Amino acid sequence: MKSIRLSKESLLTILFAVCASAAFAQDPNAAPITANSLVLLLFTCVMLLVVFLAAILGDKIIKLAAEKLLGDERAARFGLVPSLKELILGSRLTAEAKKKIVKLNRGFDIKLNGKAKKMLKDYTASTYAVKPTDFIGLKPIPKMMVKEGAKLKAGDAIFYDKGFEGVLFTSPVSGELIEIRRGAKRAITEIVIASDGKFNSAKFKAGQPSSMGEEAVRKQLMESGAWTLFVERPFGVVANPAIRPTSIHISASDTSPLAVDYGFILKHLDMRHVQVGIDVLNVLSDKVVLHLDKNSSKVTAVDTLVGAEVIGFQGPHPAGNIGVQIHHVSPISKGDVVWTIKIEDLATIGRLFNEGVYAPEKIVAVAGSVLKNPHYVKLTAGANISDLIEGNLIDDNVRVVSGNVLAGEQIQKDGFLGVYHNLVSVLEEGDHHEMFGWLIPSYARPSLSPTFPWRMMDLASFDANTNTHGEQRAFVVTGQYEEVLPMDVYPQHLMKSIIKNDFEEMEGLGIYELIEEDVALAEFVCTSKQPLQHILREGLDYIRSQN
Amino acid sequence: MKFIRNFMDKIEPDKKDSPFLHTLWDGFDTFLYVPAHVTKSGTHIKDGMDLKRTMIHVVLAMQLAFIIGMYNIGHQHYFALGLFPDFFAGFWEKLLYGVLQYLPMLIVVHVVGLGIEFIFATKKGHAIEEGFLVSAFLIPLVMPPAIPLWIVALATAFSVVIAKEAFGGTGMNIFNVALIARVFVFFAFPAEISGDEIWVSPDYSWLHQGFSGIASLFGSNDFFSMNAAAVAVDGYTGATPLSLAAKGGWENVQAYTVSIADQTYQPYSVSNLLLGNVPGSVGEGSKIAIILGALFLAVTRIGSWRIMLSMVLGAAFMSIVLNIISVQYGAELTNPFISVPWYYQFLMGSVFFAMAFMATDPVTASGTSTGKWVYGFLIGVVGIIIRVLNPAYPEGWMLAILLLNVFAPLIDHVVLQQNIKRRLRRVKV
Repeated sequence: MKSIRLSKESLLTILFAVCASAAFAQDPNAAPITANSLVLLLFTCVMLLVVFLAAILGDKIIKLAAEKLLGDERAARFGLVPSLKELILGSRLTAEAKKKIVKLNRGFDIKLNGKAKKMLKDYTASTYAVKPTDFIGLKPIPKMMVKEGAKLKAGDAIFYDKGFEGVLFTSPVSGELIEIRRGAKRAITEIVIASDGKFNSAKFKAGQPSSMGEEAVRKQLMESGAWTLFVERPFGVVANPAIRPTSIHISASDTSPLAVDYGFILKHLDMRHVQVGIDVLNVLSDKVVLHLDKNSSKVTAVDTLVGAEVIGFQGPHPAGNIGVQIHHVSPISKGDVVWTIKIEDLATIGRLFNEGVYAPEKIVAVAGSVLKNPHYVKLTAGANISDLIEGNLIDDNVRVVSGNVLAGEQIQKDGFLGVYHNLVSVLEEGDHHEMFGWLIPSYARPSLSPTFPWRMMDLASFDANTNTHGEQRAFVVTGQYEEVLPMDVYPQHLMKSIIKNDFEEMEGLGIYELIEEDVALAEFVCTSKQPLQHILREGLDYIRSQN
Repeated sequence: MKFIRNFMDKIEPDKKDSPFLHTLWDGFDTFLYVPAHVTKSGTHIKDGMDLKRTMIHVVLAMQLAFIIGMYNIGHQHYFALGLFPDFFAGFWEKLLYGVLQYLPMLIVVHVVGLGIEFIFATKKGHAIEEGFLVSAFLIPLVMPPAIPLWIVALATAFSVVIAKEAFGGTGMNIFNVALIARVFVFFAFPAEISGDEIWVSPDYSWLHQGFSGIASLFGSNDFFSMNAAAVAVDGYTGATPLSLAAKGGWENVQAYTVSIADQTYQPYSVSNLLLGNVPGSVGEGSKIAIILGALFLAVTRIGSWRIMLSMVLGAAFMSIVLNIISVQYGAELTNPFISVPWYYQFLMGSVFFAMAFMATDPVTASGTSTGKWVYGFLIGVVGIIIRVLNPAYPEGWMLAILLLNVFAPLIDHVVLQQNIKRRLRRVKV
């Protein structure tokens, strides 16, 4: 039940309006304000307050009575004043009303051209890769368990990291390990596996997770590699096997630019696997929450799932980010640990326990305005995306991003999809000068600022490119980040506390609640072009190194 | 247009050999062209907004006030001489006089300020920053029209070096740069900026003489020769509305009249005050133009509407309190200023100018939304207190804003502590 909430700002405005009207009622030529008028003013204020309080009280009483008679959901529609929305749209009590809905107002949808068409193709690549750099928290050179040339099945261990004892990082496909690619300081960047096209999996135990016991479930997850699909917050690292998280959050929502439509993905997921996945999570933690967005809320198959609290989120980006959502459901405080997982990865876990195979399949969108044919594909994690891009480009000077254009990672045209990504974004490189572009832009570009005429209309969708549209400067504009981050966090002050290495202030201002993707939109809108994601990661690394 | 780009690429000086030239070239190049930089890490796309665009919109917002203010220099000049007493009479003469009086100031500020900025940018090895774009337009607007150019140059140099670069440049300063320039003049050359008569520019400079030929093209042969006959007209004192109000309240402001050629003029009627047909600093006059500029800033969300609204609320609140005091104890008090009806306080002086262009400077204001409400409200309150209750200063906004500049970080600190406490409470629950 939502009571009437007045912000401080509107209260102030009302107060001023009352004062002003009382004062202007005077004849300007007479003495400005007499003692009488002051009494009158006070009296008016008090009367208004009384009426207002009476209205709130009456509203609450009616709602309470309705709740007793009719139950929770329908009572919400009763009250002293009819809801304007209901008057216009008519009352709707659908399955959606059963779910808890959280509405977030602050944020900004970056509308880009080239959204994926709802057309699903199967895609098999010849090579797949496991990228240690995808997993945050690993040492630069993890311990290899197999050598080049090894024959592998899906779910066979490739390497492990000392920091995460017992967690194996495994091959997504069956085939031969053909190359270990290294980057700076011999850090391992990519472990490439040539697929044999059969997708044979190592054998794991099939069974109902609740009857297997927690130890066995954990062991199976860690040995199959499915464990690495969890992301642990704070810090956004690989889940720590020594910890039982306070809650696990399943994400079936995404509002980022060109994001996959989770309504479409859920239709193609096997809900039996998802259900068993939820059962697994219930073994690992006491609280399981399923997060939906506008699209996935409409899928009726979700209603059949049991064992998870379902919450729908509405609003502009970043309302679909799991971190922002957790802030509104069960905010992360110091000492809390929660895990997050994408629903398609949960289906992989479910299948592991249903059929005893490790098959990290997912549905991925290939999108961007420079693509001839943006569409959805079903593929196995770590796939080489070259065949998706080749022959599909309108222009050659492009950047391929694994993930969304705000928080994703740049890859080569023949690169591999990141393990946590379900989107390949392709966009034009903006490496050209623009004459007086800061004053009179020569083409439309996405922006939060109303100084751009198209922003006023809020209709357009854009062909964005990678130009920075200006140079980096010191923090000047204030209040900009707050406008696009619907959390009780002051990002600019948090960033400054990170820059000056103030440990306590970082903690106090809520660094534990954020990872890169949550501040990505703030970084996009930043007038001073500050690298917020980079600064935040430095702060997180600093805190992790202190613990 | 390609040839301009090629030309710019060709003349690029070497960064190591001639760093100053390179900074100069870079400043000009980035003014002409948005660089071809692409994102390297973090987000792959960036908002079209950058600091240049932000700053230029502030400059755009003050253009109307700037043009009317410039014209008003001319108008006040001729009005003091008893010529063209109607606002729009002698339009070209007034405009030309105003432009010739004002432009040298604008140029001096730009040359001095930008020169220092380029030197510091070179020393620090980074690109020239845009903050001074706004300061350079604001500084002449807060100066009396008749101020000597060397004082303007000195004030600009002082404010850029001491108020800005000493703290680390754009975004790091604690005090509003343009206000520091004014406060420098205020305390170092009090004779130039306080007192009644200095708000009107009486003389003709060599520039005016040089352009008197051009003036004759518009049909005025008197442009230069009037100088000889320049005698202040009967009853004209050059007093500003604020000094009149301090002496005798609003009635005294309204009672002020000037007779020119058998006609009586009331210079400080409400409509004149709104239009900006009053002596004062160049930019502060036209309330209508400034309010339009403020609306432009609020709509484009360049300036914080929270600060503007709360500052008006604060000033209104304090004025109403003073009005109440004057009603209660009026007869015994010697300060007639407190009896000025609160809504007329807004028509006099530079309250709107300070609100639109000075208080909203994001670097020196509070950074949090709650903090902005407090910051603006306190500026309003303190500004009215200084203006009305302090006999030493004719106007309060400059000092009020500088004072609250000092307190802005403290206000933010309190707001942040509340946020931290909220988070700590959650842990206990």
